[in-house]
Amino acid sequence: MAQQLLEVKDLKTQFFTRDGVVRAVDGVSFELEAGETLGLVGESGCGKSVTALSLMRLIPQPPGRIVQGSIIFDGQDVLKMDDDEVRGIRGNNIAMIFQDPMTSLNPVLTISRQISEALELHLKMDKSEARKRTVELLDLVGIPGAKKRLDGYPHQFSGGMRQRVMIAMALSCNPKLILADEPTTALDVTIQAQILDLLKNLAREFRTAFILITHDLGVVAGMTQRIHVMYGGKIVEKADTTELFANPKMPYTWGLLRSIPRLDEKRKGKLLPIEGLPPDLIAPPPGCRFEPRCQYRRDVCKEKEPELRHIPNAKPDHEARCWGTQEGGWLVDTDWHREIGDTRVIEEIKQEVAQVTLEGTAPGAGTPPPPPSPVN
Amino acid sequence: MATTAATAGRIAATPGAARASRSLWSNAWWKLRRDRLTIGAFILLTIFALLAAAAPLLSEYVFHYRFAQQDLLHTYEKPQFDNLAYLLGTDEIGRSQVVRLLYGGQVSLGVGFVAALVNLTVGIAVGLTAGYFRGVIDDGVTFVITTLNGIPQIYLFLIIAALWQPGPYVLIAIIGLLNWTGITLYVRGQTFSLREREFITAAHTIGARDRRIMFRHILPNVLPLIFVLAAIDVGAIILLESALSFLGFGILPPTPSWGNMLTNGASYFVRAWWLVVSPGVMIFLTVLCLYLIGDGLRDALDPRLKTH
Repeated sequence: MAQQLLEVKDLKTQFFTRDGVVRAVDGVSFELEAGETLGLVGESGCGKSVTALSLMRLIPQPPGRIVQGSIIFDGQDVLKMDDDEVRGIRGNNIAMIFQDPMTSLNPVLTISRQISEALELHLKMDKSEARKRTVELLDLVGIPGAKKRLDGYPHQFSGGMRQRVMIAMALSCNPKLILADEPTTALDVTIQAQILDLLKNLAREFRTAFILITHDLGVVAGMTQRIHVMYGGKIVEKADTTELFANPKMPYTWGLLRSIPRLDEKRKGKLLPIEGLPPDLIAPPPGCRFEPRCQYRRDVCKEKEPELRHIPNAKPDHEARCWGTQEGGWLVDTDWHREIGDTRVIEEIKQEVAQVTLEGTAPGAGTPPPPPSPVN
Repeated sequence: MATTAATAGRIAATPGAARASRSLWSNAWWKLRRDRLTIGAFILLTIFALLAAAAPLLSEYVFHYRFAQQDLLHTYEKPQFDNLAYLLGTDEIGRSQVVRLLYGGQVSLGVGFVAALVNLTVGIAVGLTAGYFRGVIDDGVTFVITTLNGIPQIYLFLIIAALWQPGPYVLIAIIGLLNWTGITLYVRGQTFSLREREFITAAHTIGARDRRIMFRHILPNVLPLIFVLAAIDVGAIILLESALSFLGFGILPPTPSWGNMLTNGASYFVRAWWLVVSPGVMIFLTVLCLYLIGDGLRDALDPRLKTH
């Protein structure tokens, strides 16, 4: 087994709020080899971003705190480092790309100053060296006329350009790991593809490992080697990218896949949304976290939480957290394309969702809510 | 050739790529240049400052009259052009009003600007610290500020001025060390909101220290509006100095300041109106200029008022 670059074990990050303890990340474990690419997929509020911030120890504190677990990066536990050591890692060994390039660049500082800051901090470059390197970096990420644009301010750049600047910032010190937190969500589709391509090529060129966080399975499809699906603060499925798309083994992943429009879809069927919302992480369901929204649920799902375990009929490193698809489960042979679950259960879920909506909006109203509209 | 140039222009139509980058400051300057009122105010204030700075030279070579020089034969001279020293008349002991006005400007403007500088330094440092670290530090700062603000300022100044013999330096120290609360509150509030912005998190992710984030990432965002506050602050301090001197607790005679000249002149108002009018007009014009400059700077620097 190769030396792992990153080993996260049983990470628990919690936010202590007035309403209770939010278990945003609840026992997440995964590894990453040097140069490997990993996709972290899940709906909003599943703990993906908190996981990323935890890796850099950037959880706002209070209210947040990493209460348990270890993050071994390059042989050292990030959680046991003092502040100076962590700062030495941030930007230098682990870099981050944010979701919205409109807000993650300082509006009153020039591009060159923002990029060269990490260079001056970590590589102890002087001003002119840093400037030279900044031009190289901007060229690398495909900003035309880099030299002329060096002293520009963020508002003079378009969204895609700014994300390129962010990538240049992240790459500046040749980090071993880049955390990309929804790097394309704020960009329009044509630019998305460009940025993803750029990221992929650069990661390959510099052998940088990266973790791509997204809610869009379509984004990770061509990008990463492995995918971890997160739900309710836990990893619910781990697999190779190709394996995950060919042979997903968790009803939540099925739901995610069903809600992506496909060009090669033969049926003229509608997109199927996953009904309801992710669980309240203050008081998560006692059993499987996906149970309240799962069309395939059985009683056992409500009672006991399944472990993340290897799945029959799948590659050896394919794991899922589901009673149904695990050894001896009732979903082992289910073809998720055809069988969309028990119709009675689906009705039940819809009613429960409607109930929640009613309670939330018009208490005591007797009229049924409008049917949930299919995704787009 | 012309065609190729045109084509090249069309292909390379990436806006801004060819043009030089315009910074916040050059943008502000561009706007300011079109704002005649602000420019006028700035010029007038500069003239006042230069005249005050040149007071010794002017009194020696132009007016031939020292500021403490008395002439009991020429008391209450009306303003006149025959004798330059009597340009603005003389006071009850025959001192040249215009020369005293120039020296008074040194004190009033000096106290105003230096005390404002002290205010700014203290205000920015304390405001940034409180806003950035929050928690106990912020509680402490807020406590001090609310306490200070809870005491009517003029009494506070009167008490302190009564305890220490006020001169220009004492006055600068008093005003500078007591008047910073407004700037602090402003900087603190801005820092509160700025520290939560994503680009500050981004600065954390590259491994920047707290001090670096405070001064290199947050401060530049607050700075433009601080200049505005500073301009207004200078005006307010000049008024405060005048008020204190007017009440007899500021600069003590014979050192002239616009404030104590006003106090002094008030006693002879019926007999010699010019003794009141000239320092009054100077204070009025200076403060007005400073407010106009503050206003103009705000228009030029406030991104919310940006039209593009």
